[in-house]
Amino acid sequence: MYDKAKVLAGLAVFALLFLSPILVDMVTGGSLQQPDLEPARQMARQMGNTGCVEDTAYMRANHMDMLNQWRSLVVREGWREYTAQKDGKTYEMSLTNTCLKCHSNYESFCNRCHTNNSVTPFCWDCHLTHTEEFK
Amino acid sequence: MGMNKRDFLKVAGVTAIGAAIGPGKKAAAALRGQAVNNPNALTARRWAMVVDMRKCKGDCPDCITACHRAHNVPSIPNPLHEIKWIWTDHYANAFEVPPEEERLLSDEVRDKPFLVLCNHCDNPPCVRACPTQATFKRLSDGIVMMDFHRCIGCRFCMAACPYGSRSFNFGDPRKYLKEADINQDFPTRVKGVVEKCNFCSERLAAGRMPACVEACKQGVLTFGDLDDPSSEVTRLLRENYTVKRKPELGTMPMVYYIV
Repeated sequence: MYDKAKVLAGLAVFALLFLSPILVDMVTGGSLQQPDLEPARQMARQMGNTGCVEDTAYMRANHMDMLNQWRSLVVREGWREYTAQKDGKTYEMSLTNTCLKCHSNYESFCNRCHTNNSVTPFCWDCHLTHTEEFK
Repeated sequence: MGMNKRDFLKVAGVTAIGAAIGPGKKAAAALRGQAVNNPNALTARRWAMVVDMRKCKGDCPDCITACHRAHNVPSIPNPLHEIKWIWTDHYANAFEVPPEEERLLSDEVRDKPFLVLCNHCDNPPCVRACPTQATFKRLSDGIVMMDFHRCIGCRFCMAACPYGSRSFNFGDPRKYLKEADINQDFPTRVKGVVEKCNFCSERLAAGRMPACVEACKQGVLTFGDLDDPSSEVTRLLRENYTVKRKPELGTMPMVYYIV
């Protein structure tokens, strides 16, 4: 192989640049921000609930599917309430009136994960967040 | 050396079957809990409204204010961009009186503002026109509903509706809503969707009468089940002569007027 040193050096530089986002995250601990659950937990307690409608792991993985199902059930089928599997409590199936009553901290709750995962749901274009940020 | 035709076809066949029934896209998880109905909800086979214009003085905005507040309907000054759920119009316009006959109407009927709203037709032309089924007639009680999530803003429904009951959001409606007037419990709409009266389906589900009916102190508006012979609506229809808007079109409106 001709110019072995130069080729290998070039490859090394390329690999370093290519992997730089991962390496930077490994050094700095990453930009992943967990959503801030505490304000929502406090709100839930104030309202006499033990937490979210279902357990945290389920909600984290499936809230988008659940909201889609709630939407279809409410708007198209006319069902309005949801009996949770977690504790058998019944809630109104409403993003505005159930979810966002506790999860009113849009920036520190919803947006953190959505930004990390580069998803831009447009729920809040219509559904109010019960906070002063209405413009 | 190599694969003969027979073996190749066997492998290709198995691969094709595997691809067809394979993992595919992750299906949405089934609903974990159970969807139930509020036991206090008001239900009917066919919701209908009677507007008793004899009782309406036409000079108070109570029903309109209550509706527009409850549903975050913006007041937009430009009449071309106006959003209307319930509003007033002249009798001659609402009931298509030919201009040459307008002078023959009684003074009271001719000059009084008539309350008009979505007729929640039994045969709704807007539903037939909608390409995405964003507007649909609810089978359980006949309410003509809007699913804003699905509306693509094509406005075919507005062209189809003979009553002008539908309004299009040409701009962001939130700009015309005052912070203090916002009903936090009801969503606003967004630029590019069509909206209209929903017979207060969200209030019925919570066991409450429509906002306009509740707000009217003169008892002009009566709301009830057309399929229930003992309801207030059927009683009024039995005891009074009523008219509907543009009945000749066959849309079968569910809003009746006592003139």
